[in-house]
Order: sequence, then C-alpha cells, then structure tokens
Amino acid sequence: MKTLLQLSNIFHDRINTIKSIRNMKLITHNMLTSNALKTVKEGYPLQIYVDEVKQVDVDFQQQFITKTVSKLNWKALLFGAKCIGHSEGLPETLPENWESNDELLKKLHHVLLEIEVITGSLECPETKRRFPISNGIPNMLLNEDEV
Amino acid sequence: MASTRRPEHLAPPELYYNEVEAKKYTQNSRIIEVQEKCSARALELLALPDDEPCFLLDLGCGSGLSGEAITENGHYWTGFDISQAMLDVAVEREVEGDMVLSDLGQGLPLRPASYDGAISISAIQWLCNADKKEHVPAKRLYKFFMTLYACLCRGSRAVFQFYPENDKQVELIVSQAMKAGFTGGLVVDFPNSTKAKKIFLVLMTGGRTALPKALTGEESSQQQHTQALYERRDRTRGFNRTNLKREWILRKKERRRKQGRDVRPDSKFTARKRSGKF
Repeated sequence: MKTLLQLSNIFHDRINTIKSIRNMKLITHNMLTSNALKTVKEGYPLQIYVDEVKQVDVDFQQQFITKTVSKLNWKALLFGAKCIGHSEGLPETLPENWESNDELLKKLHHVLLEIEVITGSLECPETKRRFPISNGIPNMLLNEDEV
Repeated sequence: MASTRRPEHLAPPELYYNEVEAKKYTQNSRIIEVQEKCSARALELLALPDDEPCFLLDLGCGSGLSGEAITENGHYWTGFDISQAMLDVAVEREVEGDMVLSDLGQGLPLRPASYDGAISISAIQWLCNADKKEHVPAKRLYKFFMTLYACLCRGSRAVFQFYPENDKQVELIVSQAMKAGFTGGLVVDFPNSTKAKKIFLVLMTGGRTALPKALTGEESSQQQHTQALYERRDRTRGFNRTNLKREWILRKKERRRKQGRDVRPDSKFTARKRSGKF
C-alpha cells in the first residue's frame, strides 16, 4: 500500500514539474462567453485578470490567420490584448487591406497564438462571476444552481 | 468487451477519470491505438476542405489523443473536458490545442459561428447518465447540441464516435440532436464484427446531404485472403519455426518500446537459446 502511495506521489511530482506548457491563448478567449450562466444574455467579452503569462513559439501559418481573422470579434481581441498588456501595434479597427498586410498578420499571429495565460481568471461582464485559470486551463464549470 | 461493466455506471466522468485512469491514456498502447484510429476516421467523416487549416472543437478531449490526430492533419483545435486529471495529462503530453475545463451537459460557453467542425471520441454516452439529482439526460443533451449547433459555421459537421449501451440511448441522443436543428445520422463501420464495430454519429448543419458510406471490411478482405494463402503456402514448404519465434519476440519488444518501457536493444542473439553449458 505504501509503495503504491509513493508511486502516485512521484507521478504527481512529475506532473507538477512539467506543468504549464500549453495554456489559454487569446484565440480561445475570443470564442469564450459566459452565456451558459442562466441570467446572462451575452456574457462577452470576458475580462481577463492575469497573474502569469508566457510567450511561446508557434509556426506562422498565414492561411490559418487569414481565415481566422474573418471569424474574430475585433473589439474583443483588442480588449483581450489590452487585458494582458500586448495591444501595442494593433489598430482600433481592422484596416481595409489587412489581407495583404504581412506585418499586421504576423502581429495577429503573435497575439493570438503565441501569448498564453498560465494563471489568472476570466470575469463575466454581466454577473462578475469569476472563472479561474490554473495550469493554463480555464475552469468554466458551473454550479447546478447557476445553469 | 471483456468487462460487462460500463465505466458510466461506476462513477461520474470527473471522478472516474482520475490520475490512475488518466495515466492509462499515456501508457496503454492498445487504448492509444484505438483512440488514434477512431480520431482519424472521425476526421475523415468530417470531410473538411483539402489543404486548408481549420479551427475545430474536440469535445471530451481527455488527454488529447484525438487532438494530436487533428494537429497531425494540420488543423487547430480547442478541447473541452470535465476531468481535470485528464487535462493535466494532456498538458503534460504537450498537445498543441487549448483546453477548457467544462461540463458538456451545461452547454458550450462559445460564441456563435466560431468553429469549422467538431469531433468527439467516446464521450457523449456519458451524457446519457444522471449523476446528480438535478441532471435530466434529455435536457442536458439538448442544451449541449443546441449550443454546439450555434457555435459551428454553416455547412460544417460534427462527428461523434460513441459506445451506446442500447438502442434507447441511440434514439435519445439522435432525437435530441435533430431537435437542436442538426441533420444527419449514424454511420456504422464494420457492422458485422463485434470487435471492430464502431458507431459514428455524423451531424450536419445547413441542409440535407447524403451520409458518408460506412466501412464494411470488405475493402480489405481480398487482401487478407491472399495473405492467408501465402501463410498456408509458407507452412507447407516447411517455414522456419525459429524465425517465427524471433519475429514474435521482436514484435513484442517493439510493442513494449511503444509503451515506453525499458527494453534491451535487438541483436543477433535476440531470441536465441542459451547453450547447454550454462
């Protein structure tokens, strides 16, 4: 019994040491809402409170970024980028010729995919209910009385 | 299936998939192989446009095995799961997608028309169970399908591989999906085999389209037949038994290597008998 416990502890320690590799990115934030809460109509965009962010390297794929931009909510992206302090260089509105603007696409790639929130929380703009982010994973579970 | 007990009957998913169970999904090569095959087939059924990276949902992503298949196909994904332990394993495995801890039965917390498709491997049968007294399976399924329908782009698909317990469960799931606005139906691969049989629910948004064809196993039966013939011929010609044994051992070593175990390297002495001097 003791050895089993020790084993499971070792396994736990191993997880803890290599934690926080993939974490919440702005592209996910742009899609997330809190409208699963029963009193909430829109619940968007969620405010991000950051305790820890991390930058990673992701291969730039222009086709994906171009495709994603048409689906993005630009205001929410600006808002999210401001929350995590990476909004410099992003225009207030999406310029006309964005598809041929390589610099802007690279910047978008960086903001959307390369900056990750490891710990912090998301806050519903209507009810102020907070969803904690730990280990880079936002916890969107609701209590039964909130559904 | 060796065990007659279904995991849904043992405990709710957030408790059933604990550290011990989650660990199996990184070490058990059979589980990994089955999951990979299912994911590949689900992606095929999604019928995504060629050479175009898409943004997909992985519902019940668990330790990210199905997500890896998505990444391999050059797409991006967001995963949803209710088990913290499984997501921790996914983080440990350095999968490419983002993950969110959430209960599918509470609806997906997503903005309308934001994803190009969704896959789900062995997950929705969990929604047929009422694990808490407030749970009504039909309501939870409806809420889930409704929010899923909303967050998919028009014309995209959602493919669910699942293990229904009985016909009633299939009916419950399909009827709630139709009620939420989806069209589509079941695609059953290898219907005549108990072991290889896999059930896929293919849901489509926007208009009626013909369902993709199921695999029956007859595509490769000709090939298998020829292989069997060769084997019989080898045997009649006095095929070397020791060679067979060596191959078996090499295969077994390879399998254990895949499981990440410590295996001695192969050499000319592998599978040889010790001499009598010992």
